[in-house]
Amino acid sequence: MSLTPEDVAKVALLARLRVSPEELAMFTGQLNAIVDHVAQLQELDTTSVEPLAHGIEVRNVFRDDKEGEALTREAALSNAPKRNRDSFLVPAVLE
Amino acid sequence: MSTDTAAAILAELNAGAMTSEELARSMLDRAEANKRLNVFVHLDGDRVLDQAKAVDAKRRSGAKLGPLAGVPVAIKDVLCVQGEPTTCGSRMLKTFKPPYDATAIERLKAADAVLFGKTNMDEFAMGSSTENSAYGPTLNPWDEERVPGGSSGGSAAAVAADLTPVSLGTDTGGSIRQPAAVCGVVGLKPTYGRVSRYGLIAFASSLDQIGPFAHDLADAALLLSVISGHDPKDSTSVNSPVPNYLAGLDTPPESLRIGIVREFFGEGLDPEVEAATREAIRIYEKAGATIKDISLPTSKYGIPAYYIVAPAECSSNLARYDGTIYGHRAEDFSPVYPGEENLPPLVRMMMASRAEGFGAEVKRRIMLGTFALSAGYADQYYNQALKVRRKIRDDFDSAFKEVDVLIGPTSPTPAFKFGERTANPLAMYLSDIYTITANLAGIPGLSIPCGLTESKLPIGLQLLAPAFAEDRLLRTARVFERATDWHLKRAGVG
Repeated sequence: MSLTPEDVAKVALLARLRVSPEELAMFTGQLNAIVDHVAQLQELDTTSVEPLAHGIEVRNVFRDDKEGEALTREAALSNAPKRNRDSFLVPAVLE
Repeated sequence: MSTDTAAAILAELNAGAMTSEELARSMLDRAEANKRLNVFVHLDGDRVLDQAKAVDAKRRSGAKLGPLAGVPVAIKDVLCVQGEPTTCGSRMLKTFKPPYDATAIERLKAADAVLFGKTNMDEFAMGSSTENSAYGPTLNPWDEERVPGGSSGGSAAAVAADLTPVSLGTDTGGSIRQPAAVCGVVGLKPTYGRVSRYGLIAFASSLDQIGPFAHDLADAALLLSVISGHDPKDSTSVNSPVPNYLAGLDTPPESLRIGIVREFFGEGLDPEVEAATREAIRIYEKAGATIKDISLPTSKYGIPAYYIVAPAECSSNLARYDGTIYGHRAEDFSPVYPGEENLPPLVRMMMASRAEGFGAEVKRRIMLGTFALSAGYADQYYNQALKVRRKIRDDFDSAFKEVDVLIGPTSPTPAFKFGERTANPLAMYLSDIYTITANLAGIPGLSIPCGLTESKLPIGLQLLAPAFAEDRLLRTARVFERATDWHLKRAGVG
């Protein structure tokens, strides 16, 4: 299959990446080369093969629902790009 | 400096021949003199000296010291150190100071190690050359016109240039073993789950592992023992006992059946790398090993499977960098390109912040992963890649029924020149062709120096073992190390 610049623009929007028209052209070419390369996965017969998400099988781990240590509000806010005394600030979400 | 391994440093410190502070001062001078190598993204001399003085005081007080007391350890800038800049090689995290320590860092501190700076890396650990760092590439100490490999290039170069005796890196598809090979040092990727990933800035969570760089196996074993073990903060960390890897190192393996992976000697393998690998096999034969030809038929699908699985996980993990909680936020996010005027300001803020904060390779992988997981394509790409992943692991399971370890080259070529592979992402991806399957299968792998090319570039030998057989991996590698002196060769950095 081949990705068009429109497909890549849609993916970029889904991924929340602003791309310039020049970048769009570059990424379209590069992503197509990679997608062509990974297409060889289709050669393999994987009927009745179970997908494997972790090399080492992992199980769910439970712990007691007890209150533990948490970051202080100040520590949590300390890397905020924009904040006031006790909150993160973002552009208006609702018009 | 008379001492370039952790073992030698510990001997000097314990004998009272020098103090941790003296050592730290001389190493800070050495780092300053070699600044052109661009090994460190961040090195705070005062913090280094404070830690060294604290170890000296503890030593004087007669208190029991940890196993790395006074040993400087360089840290890949992907690991969170509380209050210290942790950039992940990205503009996105240029000003980020983590509010907590990674578990591996906590363990180093508990072992009385001296944290010696944060090392350069490909942005978010995506790359094989450190050329994707937002802070410029690291130079290979053996040839400054060449890359140190990646993504843990700074940590490999730190040891190769004797800026620190040991360091920590991370390996998602070869990012410890490949730079170790091309920088002429030992690099070990532990089994998935052996070392806690808590505080390791996530790239691909089912593949990432933290591991050591060192000049020799004894130091690698020591560092691995310190960082390994179960951690309730990482639900994928495994609760099984951690052997004392160093104590067992000189005990020869009970069984020495070595598999030579046929698929690792194919097209694209540099003739000098092949010759050095074949010579290493002869050394094992002389040491009494049984050599067996092994096929891993699915391994040729390792790169394509990885470049679905890793970008898919990365696209999800890196969604958190949206300019709201931490990381870069664009100052100006007013509409620029057609169509943007219809987007809400919050969305434009996120898109502009991510566009400014991430470099091209990270963007490529986020988009590739987003595509592979998007409606209509997930089954064709992502699920198929996970099925291929199981076949890759099945190959290893069958191989390890016949042999104890697998051996082959770590990297198909020695260190390449800057700019050689940056224009073609796929060519760069192929640097990891022999290392990538171990991450998909979760098994441990190790690279050990096994030769130099005619132009004096290091060559690495890769050993792979079954899950949680790090002990066997190290002891088998030790058979080679004892018989050769490649681990004693140095880049000769002044």
